[in-house]
Amino acid sequence: MTGPDGARRGSRAPYLFVAPAVLLFLAFLAIPIGYALYLSLRGLRLTGGGIFGTRQEVFVGLDNYARTLADPDFLAGFGRLALYGLISVPLTLGPALLFALLLDYAGARGRRFARTAIFLPYAIPGVTASLLWGFMYLPSTSPFSYLTQELGLGEIPFLTGGGIYPSLANIAVWGGVGFNMIIIFTSLRGIPAELSDAARIDGASEWRIAWHVKIPLVAPALVLTGLFALIGTLQVYGEPTTLKPMTPEISGVWVPLMHIYTSAFSRDDLPLASAASVILAVGTLVVSVVLLKVTQKRAFGGMS
Amino acid sequence: MSAVIARKAAVAVSRPLPHQRARVLPTIVLLAGALYCLVPVAWVVVAATKSSAELFSTFTFAPGTGLLDNLRDLFAYGDGRFLVWAGNSALYAVVGSAVSTLISTLAGYGMAKYDFRGRSVLFYAILAGVLVPGMTLAIPQYLLMSETNLVGSHWSVLLPSLISPFGIYLARVYALSAVPDATLEAARIDGASEYRILGSIGLPMMVPGMVTIFMLQFVGTWNNFLLPFIMLSDESKFPITVGLYTLLAKGSSEPALYGIAIVGAAVSVIPLIALLLFLQRFWRLDLLSGGLKG
Repeated sequence: MTGPDGARRGSRAPYLFVAPAVLLFLAFLAIPIGYALYLSLRGLRLTGGGIFGTRQEVFVGLDNYARTLADPDFLAGFGRLALYGLISVPLTLGPALLFALLLDYAGARGRRFARTAIFLPYAIPGVTASLLWGFMYLPSTSPFSYLTQELGLGEIPFLTGGGIYPSLANIAVWGGVGFNMIIIFTSLRGIPAELSDAARIDGASEWRIAWHVKIPLVAPALVLTGLFALIGTLQVYGEPTTLKPMTPEISGVWVPLMHIYTSAFSRDDLPLASAASVILAVGTLVVSVVLLKVTQKRAFGGMS
Repeated sequence: MSAVIARKAAVAVSRPLPHQRARVLPTIVLLAGALYCLVPVAWVVVAATKSSAELFSTFTFAPGTGLLDNLRDLFAYGDGRFLVWAGNSALYAVVGSAVSTLISTLAGYGMAKYDFRGRSVLFYAILAGVLVPGMTLAIPQYLLMSETNLVGSHWSVLLPSLISPFGIYLARVYALSAVPDATLEAARIDGASEYRILGSIGLPMMVPGMVTIFMLQFVGTWNNFLLPFIMLSDESKFPITVGLYTLLAKGSSEPALYGIAIVGAAVSVIPLIALLLFLQRFWRLDLLSGGLKG
């Protein structure tokens, strides 16, 4: 085996292959990150003193970061995200795993139909999904509130008070459960049938097989889906923005990305928006790396 | 009696058929999941048939009588603006994902099959790019776009969507497993150039992976909201997502627009579902589930 030794012959070839990706990576990821870092250290300050002082952009150090982290609205946004994620992430991953196991279980009927139907919402944009569910939440058009009203129970408070959290989480669950199910399912299909068959001959129930054989073997897929769910939660934007016209519960700074958008375009405070963007990006990176480390340790601990 | 037991045992070993009860509950759970996922789609299709008076007065799952009027209103709105939005969505998603897939495939192939200076730096940069959510970059991307006077043009949405660290990562994983080094080496010994090897061996072998990357990228671009929302201000450049949002946002003061938004949602959902059903069989999503092992 000589290995990938192409550099020996066409030494220019690999550079040409990666060149477009590298250029785009620099232009739309690396440079924007650098620019955001630079901007986040700048700020408008009065110089010259008195009433004739002019506002100038100067370096302000970590001032914008301090302001962002001291902003109760921004922090409250993370609190709302946490509440929303505590509902949406488990309710996406749990059913996704359950459905995947059932799709992999010969006893269940209608598997092909269920698989397609549950996967379907993946094709529907979050904004469209929010629009559909929004109307199904709105008291005057909701089929659910219609039923409860007929029964004399009144409307369901989908869009008022604390009801907004499960209502928003439901949109994420609806859009995400099928995609995660397919990822876990394809991973289940990769498990050799002999493993389950052997356990079955030993008299293990389907539950025990699922719990002790299948789930440990699809752990990497579960980590991946968990990671997607977390990243997805941290960058929630379209769903609450779409529901905003329908409910007074959602303010313009409801989640961190909405806060960033408002800082940048309504208040014209780009340095503050940049600092908040950096905090959100770094936060996501840290959460992802921690999740990967912790689960890796678990997975290996379980194996040995 | 013993014959029955023996037969049962034989059945149990060769192909374990679960009890009746063990079949009913899983089936019910799966069908409940399917129902949950189909209800909103059914709702929007039914709602699209209602006149605006019926929308707020009749039971939501009772079909209405206004389908044709609604469709006429939708396509007449703003001189056919809906069709322009649909065309924009198609442009961003089709062109963007096709070019992005090609770029990702080339990069993934190059990183998997060649050793070159800077390869590991590039790999870690790509990995970090996967974990940094693209949306947090929307603001600096907007500022850079406005420096270059591209803000508000089709390019401002198209260009940032061409780079997909996750797509590059997947292409690399796929190239590692699907393109054997020995085949490339054999072609080299036969005197083929690296470009010829790419065109006649590498790319054909990577087609299943490319289809998957294309579909992921397509759905991602089609569903994108924040980037076009930030970059564009001219309604004639909007994709469907931003277009429907503006209808909804204006709808609170102008309820007729709610009806148009609902019909628009129904019309835009149907071709995407058809596309998904058609392309479902070409997906290689095991690429994703195996992704972390590689």
